[in-house]
Amino acid sequence: MSNATPSTWRRPPVLLKNPLWRRAFYLGAIVYLALALQSVEVNWMRVYDGLERGWRFVEGFLVPDFTSRWTDIRAGLIESLTMTVTSTVAGILISVPIGIGAARNLAPAPVYLACRAIITLSRSFQEVIIAILLVAMFGFGPFAGFLTLAFATIGFLSKLLAEDIEACDRNQIEAIRATGAGWWQVVNYAVQPQVMPRLVGLSLYRLDINFRESAVIGIVGAGGIGATLNTAIDRYEYDSAGAILIIIIAIVLAVEYSSSHIRRWVQ
Amino acid sequence: MLELKHLSKTYRTGDQALTDIGFTVPAGQVVGLIGPSGAGKSTLIRCINRLVEPSRGSVVLGDTELTTLRGRALRKARRRIGMIFQEYALVERLTVMENVLSGRLGYVAGWRSFLRRFNREDIALAFSLLEKVGLAAHYNKRADALSGGQRQRVGIARALEQNPELLLVDEPTASLDPKTSRQIMRLIQTVCRERNLPAIINIHDVMLAQQFSDRIIGLRAGEVVFDGKPEELTDDVLTRIYGEEDWAQVRKDQTDEDNDRASPAVDLAEGV
Repeated sequence: MSNATPSTWRRPPVLLKNPLWRRAFYLGAIVYLALALQSVEVNWMRVYDGLERGWRFVEGFLVPDFTSRWTDIRAGLIESLTMTVTSTVAGILISVPIGIGAARNLAPAPVYLACRAIITLSRSFQEVIIAILLVAMFGFGPFAGFLTLAFATIGFLSKLLAEDIEACDRNQIEAIRATGAGWWQVVNYAVQPQVMPRLVGLSLYRLDINFRESAVIGIVGAGGIGATLNTAIDRYEYDSAGAILIIIIAIVLAVEYSSSHIRRWVQ
Repeated sequence: MLELKHLSKTYRTGDQALTDIGFTVPAGQVVGLIGPSGAGKSTLIRCINRLVEPSRGSVVLGDTELTTLRGRALRKARRRIGMIFQEYALVERLTVMENVLSGRLGYVAGWRSFLRRFNREDIALAFSLLEKVGLAAHYNKRADALSGGQRQRVGIARALEQNPELLLVDEPTASLDPKTSRQIMRLIQTVCRERNLPAIINIHDVMLAQQFSDRIIGLRAGEVVFDGKPEELTDDVLTRIYGEEDWAQVRKDQTDEDNDRASPAVDLAEGV
């Protein structure tokens, strides 16, 4: 029984085949992590102070005060919701043609490259940075917020829509082309039915993101509930800030819950 | 009538898929195109309606040269050619009716198709075709709610909705069970007889091809190695097309299977 079938087997290493390199890589990673952790300076006195302040924040959160700043909160909320809905709708309207243009299986090369460039530009800046720039250009207030969110929506939606179009079933597209259909008819009959459920789902998801972002960009001056929240924190009114946070969480949960229902319904 | 002359296709990767193909299909003739996987059967029928661009040669349908057409003229030529696909290729989320009516896309204006406002004649034709393929009750169902055999019937109705002068059929039975396969092949044969419609059926099941075609063309490595009547398809010829195999045994197995299956009720379910 010299050449019996082997009964032991180990999965061969996938990336670093040489054991020496593998050990060197792990050792290097550990050394880097240790050095990096040492470079972080922690001022423990400051942390202690902050804990106390943080605790007051938690206390305010536990006894939220909706009433004393209610007019401000309401105005901020309405502004934020308006900003969210308008920017999402505007963003979708612009994203759909750009998304179609950025799908390799539908668009000719020059259109494809142009649309991909727009998407890359939109995705390379974080919302807060765009908001700072646009607040500088258009002044404080919700218009800058609207533009920021619409711009960010384009990068997000067009990219994911384009990827979904590229993943479409080629047979269905081929079958519609074979009937003698023109380009628009192919988009309408073979592509749209395939991507529509995902487009609806992504749009609702983006609505949700835009509402949350509207709270963040408000802090840098783009209006909405974020501005109200920022004012409350600056005045050390943590009970009002707690109330605002609770409202934001409730609205995000409501959007999330309803969007999952709508997504199932359009499937 | 369809005429292919010196048709060749070389893919950009350098693969020679078709070499100097030439044959003529007269009106009403059902041609079974057989050959091993990768012999170029799919490429050949896609070169006819230009879903694949041929590299050289000519394709003449009626008196139109198809290989030089572009844009609008190409779409007008495509609408004269109905195509039936292997995995049915229905648009899954559209209704059965929309799928059948999509056969008119080459004829109607863009806005009409967008609003689903098709002509009365087109709609009447679609209803009568669904009746013919036995799906009259299902016209408002979504295509993905149908079974495989039913979907292929919708695929046939879509192709016929074009009022085609030629049918191109790509492996119509590849994903169907043996009994449904026969029903589908019989349906295709019947509609071709009724309309005096020529068809090229690309099929890997030799027995089905023999039973339902008027003529067999055998393709091997992109070249025609056999062109004749189904009866002339001897074991020698099959070996020439597919390579060495015990063909007598294959035929026997196939016949046994058919007898087992078809004994009590012979295709009573036709049209279901």
